[in-house]
Amino acid sequence: MDQAKIRNFSIVAHIDHGKSTLADRILELTEAVSAREMREQLLDTMELERERGITIKAQAVRVAWKGYELNLIDTPGHVDFTYEVSRSLQACEGALLVVDAAQGIEAQTLANAYLAIENGLEIVPVVNKIDLPQADPDGASVEVADLLGDDPARVLRISAKTGVGVEEVLDAVVERVPAPAGDPDAPPRALVFDSSYDQYRGVVAFVRVVDGAFSTRDALRTMATGTRFDAEELGFFSPTMTPVDSLSAGEVGYVVTGLKDVSRLRVGDTITSVARPAAEPLPGYKDVKPMVFAGLYPTDSDDYPELRDALEKLKLNDAALVYEPETSQALGFGFRCGFLGLLHMEIVRERLEREFDLDLLVTAPNVAYRVLERGAGWREVHNPAEFPREVEEVEEPYVRASIIVPKEHVGAVMELNNERRGTFGALEYLSPERVHLTYELPLAEIVLDYFDQLKSRTRGYASFDYDLAGFKPGNLVRVDVLVAGDPVDALSLIVHRDFAYERGRLLVEKLREEIPRQLFDVAIQAAIGSRVIARETVKARRKDVLAKCYGGDITRKRKLLEKQKAGKKRMKQVGMVEVPQEAFLAVLNIGQGGRS
Amino acid sequence: MALEMRDRARRRSPRLEAGSEPVSRARHLYVHLPFCARRCGYCDFVTVVGRRGRHAAYVDALLRELELERGLLADEVETVFLGGGTPTFTALSELVRLLEALPRADEVTVEANPETVTPALARTLREAGVTRVSLGAQTFRPELLRVLERVAGPDDVRRAVHHLRDAGFDNISLDLVYGIPGQSPSDLEADLGDALALAPEHLSCYELEAKPGTRFTHAWGAELARQADAMEDYFERVVARLTGAGYRWYETANFCREDAQGRDLRARHNLAYWLGRDYLGLGIGAVSTIENRRWRNTPRLGRYLEALAAGRAPEREVEQLDADVRARERLMLGLRLDEPLPLAGIEHALDPAGLARIERLGLAERAGAALALTTRGRFLGGAVTAELLA
Repeated sequence: MDQAKIRNFSIVAHIDHGKSTLADRILELTEAVSAREMREQLLDTMELERERGITIKAQAVRVAWKGYELNLIDTPGHVDFTYEVSRSLQACEGALLVVDAAQGIEAQTLANAYLAIENGLEIVPVVNKIDLPQADPDGASVEVADLLGDDPARVLRISAKTGVGVEEVLDAVVERVPAPAGDPDAPPRALVFDSSYDQYRGVVAFVRVVDGAFSTRDALRTMATGTRFDAEELGFFSPTMTPVDSLSAGEVGYVVTGLKDVSRLRVGDTITSVARPAAEPLPGYKDVKPMVFAGLYPTDSDDYPELRDALEKLKLNDAALVYEPETSQALGFGFRCGFLGLLHMEIVRERLEREFDLDLLVTAPNVAYRVLERGAGWREVHNPAEFPREVEEVEEPYVRASIIVPKEHVGAVMELNNERRGTFGALEYLSPERVHLTYELPLAEIVLDYFDQLKSRTRGYASFDYDLAGFKPGNLVRVDVLVAGDPVDALSLIVHRDFAYERGRLLVEKLREEIPRQLFDVAIQAAIGSRVIARETVKARRKDVLAKCYGGDITRKRKLLEKQKAGKKRMKQVGMVEVPQEAFLAVLNIGQGGRS
Repeated sequence: MALEMRDRARRRSPRLEAGSEPVSRARHLYVHLPFCARRCGYCDFVTVVGRRGRHAAYVDALLRELELERGLLADEVETVFLGGGTPTFTALSELVRLLEALPRADEVTVEANPETVTPALARTLREAGVTRVSLGAQTFRPELLRVLERVAGPDDVRRAVHHLRDAGFDNISLDLVYGIPGQSPSDLEADLGDALALAPEHLSCYELEAKPGTRFTHAWGAELARQADAMEDYFERVVARLTGAGYRWYETANFCREDAQGRDLRARHNLAYWLGRDYLGLGIGAVSTIENRRWRNTPRLGRYLEALAAGRAPEREVEQLDADVRARERLMLGLRLDEPLPLAGIEHALDPAGLARIERLGLAERAGAALALTTRGRFLGGAVTAELLA
């Protein structure tokens, strides 16, 4: 294909603003899929994605339109996958920015639009859902045009649901999005913008060829990680896998690598040929590091091997997931897992429970900390239980948060952010009614219940997005919880010194409610080092008898006691104390709590 | 050769014969008389309200069932217990006909509601061989009796005791209930005082249970839950008051007077349950346990009468009890008593780690080859048993 006749583009939108529906209409219109094959939201392959209305894995589909080859590259729609989004965008020259005509711009729209602009993409603004009765296409068009510094008249107005205006969208892609640059005669370079694992064919890389050309059976190499493999098959999605002999500059397609592990072919890496290697990799590769950590334990400790196998399988398809075995005295054997963010954690947990049928106990999430101990260097700590009690210095990750909210809720958002140690950045009016706020916040302050709080304090109107802004020093201490004198590792938490007393008090109060009365008094203490900062007592039970037991009800009474015994077995034994699993989630429930 | 020997051994020892017929025979007989004038809100026993016309047919059926199961009873029956329902609500002539047809026993107990006890009834029971009467007093506070939907007033209880004494009964038990919605600590103390004033040989004190599905639970369940903390020490109060008055706390919920003549005033029939003995039960809903089988008769009066009228055993729900289950039950039941529980033969029902914890907490002590709960252990008997079960 003539490079001048290729257009590579993606669709960026807030969740539910109609990205998948638009993609479906485009496929229908270009007859890439017959109506019979058509099923809704074709690009979202995983069951989970369909249910949550989000896209986890990007794919690229090639369609034909009026003599042009269009490659539609799907991008993940959430903050946790910003890096993947940025790589997908880097594979394009243009992006459709889709905004709901009733909702207007949301925080995610902004984040993705900025990302697209940073990547030098031509943005084609689209206002969708104009068929809805509550739609305000004029208002939405003005908002989008203001954001892009564009003319509102150039904003396309469509209904992806009914198909109105979709042809014009494709025409605009041809007219406005530039053809790929790239040197067809240079040594070959291709950007890996996503990958997927197939149990029979190994890792399949999704690539955008930038320079030169690749042919089947070429010996290839990645430039950042140095992984070598053969191009077992090249091809593109139409939307089914369609093999071709070669892929050349400007084209988008896939490479079957035969590799057995996605971690060996990282998103953002550059593929070149062994025979004629490029001198420089494509810019922008990052080794994505997880920032949110949590312990995953099987509810039934017998399921540990199943959990290990399940994580191994997930890891094949999710290079961002990291995990290592962990032993908790309270929870037994499990894994400390690292995630890109909260949504990523939630997705992994759900996939483990749904696809692998596991019952899991997930500890309260925490962030990565950098700590400096006397006489030792800096190291990263992923688990409060490993956090040293004496530290010289600590650093914690921060995020730049972007919040869009109706103006009457600005005060509530500011109050929440102040409670969460936020630093005000900027305030701008997107329209007379809607305000865009930026803040810098410690990641630790948003991993628990920030989003819920934000939603409840703004009656659901706020939209929120963030990206990581690096590590900064923090005045942090480790708070331990002791149950009947024994420290419970799974309940330790890292908290800002100013909040330590309050959090400690809330936590022991919550635990007093969660831990059932035992056969003896149980002291619950929160402590910083050896200093107890809060204490509660679960009073011993004074009576526990079956009132009567005669010949007629021996069986029933026996079963009652056997059930009571089975209940004990489900509890975790901490020293002499039986602690129900719910108690370990108490840390989650107090959140940053009490301040709400 | 060896095979032949084993065969012969099996034939000699009927215990080894599969299924068919239990060998050891029950020395304890329970007879269920379900009829009541009305159903109390908190009751979840098998009861039949009204149906006076069926009393004779029911007694016929009981006697026919007895006839059918006679082989399961030992020649010498130690105890007979007539429970209900309200046994004394049964037409008196029918009750007498039943009592006279039942096997003789050392202890024959009849449950009675106070308002049904007349001098004539007391005399008749005595003459029919009844040795012991268990009176459902529940409480002496009129307003609390109303909560329980009991018909009898406090004076009915006193009157009933006097009628029974006059008829010569020297073994009377009173049932008390505590933890009634609205019952204050002084109400409880007053109840215990009123009961002690009647000098019964035996007292059963039960914490009121909100049994699922009863009218009472529907009306009072939430209130009971709310009061649970305030009433937490009622059990301790009951035990302290009664033992202070010279009663022996011989079972979780049962107390008996130390008798001047040296009689053992524990309820012998119930003691059989707690010692894990076999028993035969007759009547609707009645349970029997003999060796490795437990069965419960149909609770439906019509089906029961129909089956026995046709000379058939009533429909039964059968449960197989293996040695392990019986051992667990021995543990559960035995720990309700004040005497140490011999562990011989039930060791495998015990969780050694649980036992160690319970001993460390001072809730049980080992006395040689037996296990005894401490006083606090007895207050926590349910939880302790759950902890000890393997």
